[in-house]
Amino acid sequence: MSRTWLISAAAAAALLIGLGGAQAADKKLVVGFSQIGSESGWRAAETKTAKTEAEKRGIDLKISDAQQKQENQIKAVRSFVAQGVDAIFIAPVVATGWDSVLKEAKEAKIPVVLLDRQIETRDPGLYMTAVTSDTVLEGRVAGEWLAKQTGGTCNVVELQGTVGSSPAINRKKGFDEVVAKNPGMKIIRTQSGDFTRAKGKEVMESFIKAENGGKGICAVYAHNDDMAVGAIQAIKEAGLKPGKDILVVSIDGVPDIFKAMADGEANATVELTPNMAGPAFDALIAFKKDGKAPPKWIQTESALFTPDTAKAEYERRKDAY
Amino acid sequence: MTDPTPTASPPLLAIRGLSKAFLGVQALDGVDFTVRHGEIHALLGENGAGKSTLIKTLTGVYQRDAGTVTLEGRAIAPRGVEEAQRLHIGTVYQEVNLLPNLSVAENLFLGRQPMRFGLVDRGAMRRRARAVLMPYGLSLDVTAPLGRFSVATQQIVAIARAVDMSAKVLILDEPTASLDTQEVAVLFKVMRTLRSRGIGIVFVTHFLDQVYALCDRITVLRNGRLVGERRTAELPRLDLVAMMLGRELEAAAHRIALPADDAEEDARPPLVRFRGYGKARSVEPFDLDIRPGEVVGLAGLLGSGRTETARLVFGMDRADRGEAAVDGRAVRLRGPRDAIQLGFGFCPEDRKKEGIVGALSVRENIILALQARQGWLRPLPRRRQEEIADRFIRLLDIRTPHAEQPIQFLSGGNQQKALLARWLATEPRLLILDEPTRGIDVGAHAEIIRLIERLCADGMALLVVSSELEEIVAYSRRVVVLRDRRHVAELRGGEVAVDRIVAAIASEPAVAGEPRP
Amino acid sequence: MTRSVSGPSRTLPQYGALAAVLLANWLLFPDFFSIRLQDGRLFGSLIDVLNRGAPVALLAIGMTMVIATRGVDLSVGAVMAISGAVAATLTQAGWGLAPVLAASLAAGLLCGLWNGLLVAVLRIQPIVATLILMVAGRGIAQLVTEGQIVTFTSPGLAFIGSGSFLTVPMPVVITAILLGVTALLVRMTALGLMIEAVGVNRLSSAGAGVNTPVVLIAVYVWCGLCAAVAGLVVAADIRGADANNAGLWLELDAILAVVVGGTSLLGGRFGLLLSVVGALTIQAMNTGILLSGFKPEFNLIVKAGVLMVVLLLQSPTLTLFLPRPANPRPVRAPAKPESPSPSAGA
Repeated sequence: MSRTWLISAAAAAALLIGLGGAQAADKKLVVGFSQIGSESGWRAAETKTAKTEAEKRGIDLKISDAQQKQENQIKAVRSFVAQGVDAIFIAPVVATGWDSVLKEAKEAKIPVVLLDRQIETRDPGLYMTAVTSDTVLEGRVAGEWLAKQTGGTCNVVELQGTVGSSPAINRKKGFDEVVAKNPGMKIIRTQSGDFTRAKGKEVMESFIKAENGGKGICAVYAHNDDMAVGAIQAIKEAGLKPGKDILVVSIDGVPDIFKAMADGEANATVELTPNMAGPAFDALIAFKKDGKAPPKWIQTESALFTPDTAKAEYERRKDAY
Repeated sequence: MTDPTPTASPPLLAIRGLSKAFLGVQALDGVDFTVRHGEIHALLGENGAGKSTLIKTLTGVYQRDAGTVTLEGRAIAPRGVEEAQRLHIGTVYQEVNLLPNLSVAENLFLGRQPMRFGLVDRGAMRRRARAVLMPYGLSLDVTAPLGRFSVATQQIVAIARAVDMSAKVLILDEPTASLDTQEVAVLFKVMRTLRSRGIGIVFVTHFLDQVYALCDRITVLRNGRLVGERRTAELPRLDLVAMMLGRELEAAAHRIALPADDAEEDARPPLVRFRGYGKARSVEPFDLDIRPGEVVGLAGLLGSGRTETARLVFGMDRADRGEAAVDGRAVRLRGPRDAIQLGFGFCPEDRKKEGIVGALSVRENIILALQARQGWLRPLPRRRQEEIADRFIRLLDIRTPHAEQPIQFLSGGNQQKALLARWLATEPRLLILDEPTRGIDVGAHAEIIRLIERLCADGMALLVVSSELEEIVAYSRRVVVLRDRRHVAELRGGEVAVDRIVAAIASEPAVAGEPRP
Repeated sequence: MTRSVSGPSRTLPQYGALAAVLLANWLLFPDFFSIRLQDGRLFGSLIDVLNRGAPVALLAIGMTMVIATRGVDLSVGAVMAISGAVAATLTQAGWGLAPVLAASLAAGLLCGLWNGLLVAVLRIQPIVATLILMVAGRGIAQLVTEGQIVTFTSPGLAFIGSGSFLTVPMPVVITAILLGVTALLVRMTALGLMIEAVGVNRLSSAGAGVNTPVVLIAVYVWCGLCAAVAGLVVAADIRGADANNAGLWLELDAILAVVVGGTSLLGGRFGLLLSVVGALTIQAMNTGILLSGFKPEFNLIVKAGVLMVVLLLQSPTLTLFLPRPANPRPVRAPAKPESPSPSAGA
């Protein structure tokens, strides 16, 4: 510990005195990553991808699992500061309460990158950049695909995420924008499926019953793939064909939805890439090399995937998750 | 008893005409109580005498209905223990009312920590804590949590805190109840030291030996009234017991005859035999035989070890020494289940807490022990349960609208009869009854006594605890008398009489020597 | 399961609440009671209520007995996650159906045993004792699944969730069977009496010779088993084990179901069937809200409002106004008792 600290301190000192970026770049970059936890498959994939991306670039990545607690994250950041790492990545569990610990990092001249989620702060100078997806865009991409597929006429049932969560609000917002532009598109039922498979299935069952055995439903839009997987089972059990009688479009791009698409039971998914760390590393390396500050928000791609590539994508992802 | 000294200095604490009623029950009725400088004053009385009501009314936990309290001539009316402490009256309860998780020092200075620059000065607090405890002969780690020390030490810390907070009157409510002999000795030393410093100590206890070993004066309460105040040296034990029990006894009763052997008794082998049976801090080792068809009474003052003896015999509490045998074979009583398998039954003193299962029906309460003995896999058929319940309801004349009535809605006497039915249904060989007639109306009282006699006549062995001496005398063949957790006498045959029992209770301890005259 | 003592007025609020919620659903959604066959399986909103209510009903069966002993088991949701995780992981690893079922049920029993030992032997308060497993259990499940949703395709295991027996969905069949077995177990033996006795007064029961530790351990073990079955049903239903969400907060629904079913949290008398009715009432409410088309933001408020009405209906103060049942089987104590000879055999 103390030796690492000495080396890091020496490296930092070297940087400060201005011995030159090139010399410092020879040293392995050390990055501390305060991860929220492993509450979902996506989260696990994000951690895993971060590790492989770090390896690719020869970066020493130290991961600290906060087990869903901000206090643990704050502790982790303090410990990273004490170790004198070259940069700190945080996937913040909540949006507020970060100012004081980020100030400590800033005073230690350690750049901070937010991954996957934004924070609320009065001083945006406290972090270098945030790498997140645009959740509104995700909803819009899903909606646009559906509008195009159905010629702008479709009765949609919507499985919302957890009430009040920001991805649920934004993914609804993006989708609603497309619906507003297409007079033939209508959201006939919307309910929360809590982002879970079991609730997604239960809510879809009730939608099918409420809409005349599912005959009135053209498509289901689920705020995440897990709920879509549940909905697919509900559609099947009601004697209908998911992907044909009722179109299925969702967001996230987890392996199971690619499998469903390969089986012809789902139609499209918008990927929320678990590779948040990759762009962050690139921005960090660029910054260390020539001091070029990255933009305040690095947006990850929200790519749409359809059944034609599903099989290959499933094989590719199976192990990342 | 008014204070007879009208001279210059008023007594330390003078209570006059103190009264307190709860829901129409007069718990204290015009009680006078006086504590003088530098004395240890015993406050004695049996159950319901009003000792704890007196203390709680004095310290303002209860608001008094009438009466005055003066401390060194000044009228005071505290509204709680805290305020009483500020008015120089400190109270230490049996269950020490300090905070076990805090350190000894923190407990000593809780609410009055030495401050420095607006912060608690821990160094000063530790130093002062050591200084405060020094006179008590306690040198301990004052930073350790209080809960880590023995009850005796905790009590001394509580006393030290009270005295350090300038207590002039110190009330010790049964401080010795859970201490062993050595700890009692340490506590007494502390009390004597405090007495020599002029502090007036009120000592509430059940142990008469301790009263005579330590106290200068005795005040006895009975049924909420003052019976009298005496100097210890002028009050023979027998008179004290008589005052407590409310009996005028003839002078002839002052001698106790040694128990004469009764040849006829010993002819039959005992059903149960205990040798050197006892439990530390509960009851001293005793010998006890009970034969079939015999009622053995356990008599003694409250806290003398009667209930503890009964509980040991049933295995409710586990003995830590001695041997038990049933029918001449050694047995181990690890719990009520062992006792029940051996054919024992036990009606506890606290019916509500340890006897009845309130929300269950009379039927279920009656068959519970029988069912428990059979095990859960062999349920009594519903019809059989009803037969048993109906039979005992009739037999014992249990007044209930029907067998399915929750037992909690029955009167105390009928609850007691249902509990007796519970054990009779198991056809016990030994039935242990702890205060079987307490809190029971007159009619049921007589019925239960008749039942005890009949059961005995049918060949059952009974061990009965009662504070009603006439009652014990009426049905007991032998009476074991207890004092201060010790079996002190066994009366049999013609010796079984109220005055003999009282005399035995009041007898001097053989080893402790003469009390100072 | 309700005892002969409990007349119709004691159970009226419970059945009445269920009927009222079902009626309200029908008013909101006229097709609520329509049932048809779909692929040899009953299909309709009413079936959804039974089917979706099954996991909480299963939990409520075990929870009822724990609550009857004046305890509570907060760990059932986590135990569901563990049992589901074990089942899915082993199925994915290629185990057969029978050993998979045995392993997950054993996991539930083990969890119950742990809780039971903490409560009965170490005498830790139930709410604290089971809190340990509530927190740790989900972590254990996450370890088993490595934090992912483990999906399986085994038709055998899936049958438990979405198969049917004589057109009745399997979760409903399983719940009915477990209810029946449990009822037999407690009412055909003396276990029910002992559970109630321990719950009303542990000291008195011990004094009467009831083996209180064994009774306590037994109810927690059974509760763990019920939770494991519920976990299997949920995992089988979605064909995957979602360690993060399976059974999440369901312990609270189960406790609520028991309370709505009229068993007091203070222990004592319990009704297994009534707890299942309570679980169905809660589910009928959930299904009704989903069918109603209200905005999801209203879900919790509607639920809370209805529950308040149900619980008010059961409040002792209000039941005073309900008619009392006639006293069953009056046994008049005769004015003159017979000559007592109690030792003459019982």
